[in-house]
Amino acid sequence: MRETQKRGGRRLAMLLLLAFTVVFLGAVVWLGDAWQGTALATDFTRKNLSPCLTYPFGTDWMGRDMFARTVAGLSMSIRIGLLTACISAGIAFLMGLMAAVMGRFADGMIGILIDLVLGIPHMLLLILISFACGRGFFGVVAGVSLTHWASLARLLRGEVLQLKESQYIKIAERLGKGRLYVAFWHMAPNLLAQFVTGLVLLFPHAILHEASITFLGFGLSPEQPAVGNILSESMQYLVTGKWWLALFPGLLLVLVVLLFHYIGQAACRLIDPGSTHE
Amino acid sequence: MEKEILGIEHLSVSFIQYGKGLTKRWLYAVEDLSLLVHAGEIVAVVGSSGSGKSLLAHAVMGLLPYNGRMEGKIWFDGEPLTQKRAAKLRGRELFLVPQNVSYLDPLMRVGEQVMGKRPSPSLRDTCRKVFAGYGLDAQVGEKYPFQLSGGMIRRILISTAVMGTPKLVIADEPTPGLHPEAARRVMGHFKELAAAGAGVLLITHDLELALMTADRVAVLYGGRMIEEAPASVFTDETNLTHAYTRALCRSMPKNWDADGERLCDTGDILLYMRKEYGR
Amino acid sequence: MRLEAREVSFRYGDGKRKVLDRVSLTVESEERIGLIAPSGFGKTTLLKLLAGYERPNSGEVLLDGRPLTAYKGYCPVQMVWQHPELSVNPRRRLKTVLLEADWEKEAKDRARIEKELGILEEWKERYPAEVSGGELQRFCIARALGQRTRIFLADEITTMLDLVTQGELWNFLLGELKRRRIGLVAVSHSPELLEKVCSRIVRLD
Repeated sequence: MRETQKRGGRRLAMLLLLAFTVVFLGAVVWLGDAWQGTALATDFTRKNLSPCLTYPFGTDWMGRDMFARTVAGLSMSIRIGLLTACISAGIAFLMGLMAAVMGRFADGMIGILIDLVLGIPHMLLLILISFACGRGFFGVVAGVSLTHWASLARLLRGEVLQLKESQYIKIAERLGKGRLYVAFWHMAPNLLAQFVTGLVLLFPHAILHEASITFLGFGLSPEQPAVGNILSESMQYLVTGKWWLALFPGLLLVLVVLLFHYIGQAACRLIDPGSTHE
Repeated sequence: MEKEILGIEHLSVSFIQYGKGLTKRWLYAVEDLSLLVHAGEIVAVVGSSGSGKSLLAHAVMGLLPYNGRMEGKIWFDGEPLTQKRAAKLRGRELFLVPQNVSYLDPLMRVGEQVMGKRPSPSLRDTCRKVFAGYGLDAQVGEKYPFQLSGGMIRRILISTAVMGTPKLVIADEPTPGLHPEAARRVMGHFKELAAAGAGVLLITHDLELALMTADRVAVLYGGRMIEEAPASVFTDETNLTHAYTRALCRSMPKNWDADGERLCDTGDILLYMRKEYGR
Repeated sequence: MRLEAREVSFRYGDGKRKVLDRVSLTVESEERIGLIAPSGFGKTTLLKLLAGYERPNSGEVLLDGRPLTAYKGYCPVQMVWQHPELSVNPRRRLKTVLLEADWEKEAKDRARIEKELGILEEWKERYPAEVSGGELQRFCIARALGQRTRIFLADEITTMLDLVTQGELWNFLLGELKRRRIGLVAVSHSPELLEKVCSRIVRLD
């Protein structure tokens, strides 16, 4: 078979965009961490400035640099998002594998648990758990990670049920392979693609919910620079014409969420072997 | 000699494909292939999966997928067969009996699919006759594809070809999944088509079936034609030129030696072919 | 060893149609049986029952007089299927298929079987989608011929393959089964193939 080789166009563009996205998000995390001090520094000589060159996002009523504050807030959001998404996805993966390994009863229980968590309105459960865990960083992480695993777990469990019927897994059983072997060596590799995309697509959810719960006052403590806090504080000043307090942080939050969503979709397409000629 | 219905000259079909990471390449699935089909003749193209035989059918029918590219010339009935012309002739003079049962619309009664939405009484009549000729009773037309067996669906697919006045019928793997008896019957229908003056291009992986049915047999390997000969030549492998076709001949179960040390000895032919043809 | 199906009947799920209706079949480990039956008889289903992939609705499958289900772990009855691409995990390298076979990792027989089946070292690093059906079927056959295999069931194992590969595979199988006294039940669309390979032809209808 003769082959001619050349560089792929669309795939390259996608990878470049992906690289840019990752670098951008990484920069936000790193800068936000470096600017923790700046974000908290108050200076009443410069309060309520509208956006200018020195303070691109303006300053608030305590003279804090909104740009530094927003980046620091986003940095916090992203880190919480990463942590909670990983924990959620981990729970989902375990649940999926348990459904595979532990037999029909356990599978049924997991099914019920998934329906239960999916049945209760997301925000309500989130607020309850976060509140019960004493709010703050720990409360938010617990709340978000304990509420977000269910839909991914349902997806993985469905996949497991399908895999159980596949010929090669039945053959492995006749070859005397145990459930653990089948789960780790036959099912896990097949779940991996779903898992990775599910994980990445969890980030935007986790970030948005972290912001929402903080906005509502059940999340991070008010002095911490979090996007939720910034937005909720800005509510009081919005009517007095200080539009920049809400607009820029809000836009940046949307941007970060969209970027994560994009990464998820790109990963999905790159991992999926069915898309070899796209 | 009857007149040429289909002429294929130096046909190559290639695909764009992404490999690992960022590499993109044109894969040649069919390479420099030439073939003639005369009126009233059955020509079999035999090859294993990946030999490019189905693509040959699709190239002639103008049905290559979007990422495919075609080089070379195809003649049909004395004139070049372009994509446009193929589209016009499909279903009138040029028929494909597809490999896959799923080519039938599952939501439409098969009668409608064979005759079109509002058939004229005379068309209805022909349809009834054609169905009867294939041992299908008239009620079959009222059924949906899922209600029919694989063998019946094959016969319906063939009857769509007979309904018109086909000059060329291309049958893409018409028999897998059929038991030998049914397969032989299906082959009989193709013989009838040829006897009525159509050229038949039979695409199959089953050499034994091809030898039973066809006048000439072309053997494809790795997208290239390695042997083309009248079917009668295959009875004695010494007549064949290519080592692979000789091995094919020896590998037919009827030529196996049940009591010998080995059933058949084909040596390292597969290794050799892999090296020569890259697959 | 003797594998015996006694009056087995089977229907899928809650389907009304019986696929198998009181079928009996016995195979000894020295013998090679070719099954011939009309289409739609349920030959594949019968093999699945014999290999323990399904349980009969009535009747029983016995291996040396004990119900097949009583054998835990490795099943001495192994089946190779028609479609090799469905029989291997698409996301694992092919060497893992061979490692599932019932041999010590360094066993001489393991290496011998791989060599006689013509399995090349370079294929082992590939994924199933990167080799042909014939190459894949060689892996499936090697996997089914572990040391504890006593009965080998072949369900149209070469139907989708080219003639040369078919010849090579049956060449190997016949020698291996004879040498190790492994019983065979084969289903094939080609009666000629069964006649050349099998010691006994069983017609079911």
